[in-house]
Amino acid sequence: MAEITFREALKRALREELARDPEVVVWGEDIVAYGGGGAYAVTAGLAKEFPGRIRDTPIAEEAIVGVAIGAAMAGIRPVVELMTINFALVAWDQIVNHAAKQHHMFNGAINVPMVMRSPAGFGRTAATHSQNFDAWLASIPGLKVVEPATPYDAKGLLKSAIRDNDPVFFIEHLQLYGTRGEVPDTEYLIPLGVSDRKREGKDLTVVTWGRMLIETMKAAKTLAAEGIELDVIDLRTLRPLDLSLAIESVKKTNRAIVVEEGWRSIGLGAEIVASLQEEAFHYLDAPIARVAGLEVPMPYAKNLERATLPFAEDVVAAVHAMMANQY
Amino acid sequence: MNREELVSLYRQMVLIRVFEDKSAEMYAKAKIAGFLHLYNGQEAVAVGALSALRQDDDLVTHYRDHGYALARGLASTAVMAELYGRVGGTTGGRGGSMHIADISKHYWGGYAIVGGHLPLATGLAYANTHHKCDRIVLCVMGEGSTNIGTFHAALNWAQLWKLPVIFLVENNQYAMGTALSVHSAVTEIYKKALAHDMHAVRADGKDVLAMHDAVALLADRARRGEGPALLEAVTYRFRGHSMADSDVQRPKEEISEQKMRDPITMFLNDVLFKQNLITQVEVDQIQKDVEAEVEASVAFADASPEPALDTLYNDIYADPVDNIQINGSLIKPATVLPRNGKHG
Repeated sequence: MAEITFREALKRALREELARDPEVVVWGEDIVAYGGGGAYAVTAGLAKEFPGRIRDTPIAEEAIVGVAIGAAMAGIRPVVELMTINFALVAWDQIVNHAAKQHHMFNGAINVPMVMRSPAGFGRTAATHSQNFDAWLASIPGLKVVEPATPYDAKGLLKSAIRDNDPVFFIEHLQLYGTRGEVPDTEYLIPLGVSDRKREGKDLTVVTWGRMLIETMKAAKTLAAEGIELDVIDLRTLRPLDLSLAIESVKKTNRAIVVEEGWRSIGLGAEIVASLQEEAFHYLDAPIARVAGLEVPMPYAKNLERATLPFAEDVVAAVHAMMANQY
Repeated sequence: MNREELVSLYRQMVLIRVFEDKSAEMYAKAKIAGFLHLYNGQEAVAVGALSALRQDDDLVTHYRDHGYALARGLASTAVMAELYGRVGGTTGGRGGSMHIADISKHYWGGYAIVGGHLPLATGLAYANTHHKCDRIVLCVMGEGSTNIGTFHAALNWAQLWKLPVIFLVENNQYAMGTALSVHSAVTEIYKKALAHDMHAVRADGKDVLAMHDAVALLADRARRGEGPALLEAVTYRFRGHSMADSDVQRPKEEISEQKMRDPITMFLNDVLFKQNLITQVEVDQIQKDVEAEVEASVAFADASPEPALDTLYNDIYADPVDNIQINGSLIKPATVLPRNGKHG
């Protein structure tokens, strides 16, 4: 077991699947020549190992996704990289009207086994390059949506996504690429659609995913020193959404906060809150709270950017508020 | 082509014409709903083009797709049942008029977002090269598609990777109701391919043999690895854009003038009769047979049941996740169904 970065975990998943299955190809903008392998260097070096199967494409996301759909229909397993999730909007018709529709609309006769990998989140890149579309993507029947938070999950989930016979949108938070974690040297898979308890605690349930898991775990450490133990549920897959652990956890702790980076209104958190109260209303000692991003187009200025985003201290504050209130 | 093959082209065109007229009739009787885009007047394009391809060449089309389905050999019964939204339809009633498909016949479907299927066709062509097979792809669109981004993105990609795909543009001179000169700066559509350094040809879309010959040449070329091509077929729609179109925007004189050059009667008079390849008795027999076939397709569709309600959630995913309910979250099915919006 070695400690590797999130980026390296993704690369290992790609390498293993490329080696295992000759139908796997990897396409994207600037993933071969530029800087030796991608704007975020996930594919660095792979083109030499797998000649002809890692290819640079035109800057035309509607074609990157659409050509991959067509290839997938005929049995190829394309993994396409959309340089940032913001550019996925250019391919929205292909994602929503084509990738997600084919299997059902054609009565099960067409499969679309493809993966769209894309970095989301922020990094001093201003309004058009700092977004999260978790709620949009997770609302589409026919699409699967995955967002790992740790290198271990990133590797196991990406391998499963590549082997899956449905279109999978695989969200990678920009701030996670350099984070490190233990990853086994031996092969393993993590099934799609299964949430994971990342921390056991008795006092309050936090349901979260992606970068906000890291912030929540920091908050949990702070709170543990005060004697408050968080039960932390990492969703890992956003569609289909596995809330079984979260519901079970709420029945135990009787309190819950949903923590997400994206915009609060009509966010994925709203759906999770609705489902939790439908399933566990009589177990709740307090209204379920949300920690989320502020609803503004992301400013460039450092202080303003930080002000829009949730961090560990926001989770701590929300937990304090909930624990202080007597209902 | 021998006599039998030529007569077959005629029969296919007549079948499409009669089928479309019957579809319009069934639409008026409310047996068919939603959108219904008829192919009258354009029959020579589909029939000529597909006659020049192998049965295992891949086909992807726009939503004016009944003619392609029939020319590819899909049963008229199944096509009519699909228009009805019945279980005996080509996609069991899931897709309707705009999404006829039969993967076993390499017909990957009709697509309803203008230009949306061009990248898919390009991807199918990539798969053929990846799998080192010599199948080619025919991708059909209307000229209205040639202004949208995916048109240029797909042509660039296909040319860049030298993929075996023919982009067939049916230039019926109206994008829905908007005339070509109003929607496109370039009115000789084939020229748009030249911007992508792509081989481009223009043909008379009312001449079934011209369509056959043009596609045959381009198919050979693509099969030899010489890359993609664009073929512009100049044609005309004899009916409105869809059954919802009152067709007031096209000049009456233009429509009647275009109908003088009917692809079916032109082929019958200028080729089949002229070369003594067919007799009037045979023509009458074909008409009778085709009408019987189309009547049978209506009878089949009428008899075919609606899809069972309990199949609604089938096939949303090829790999459904265990225990995850269809609305998105993992909840026990018993508690889930009432949670669907319909039931409050």
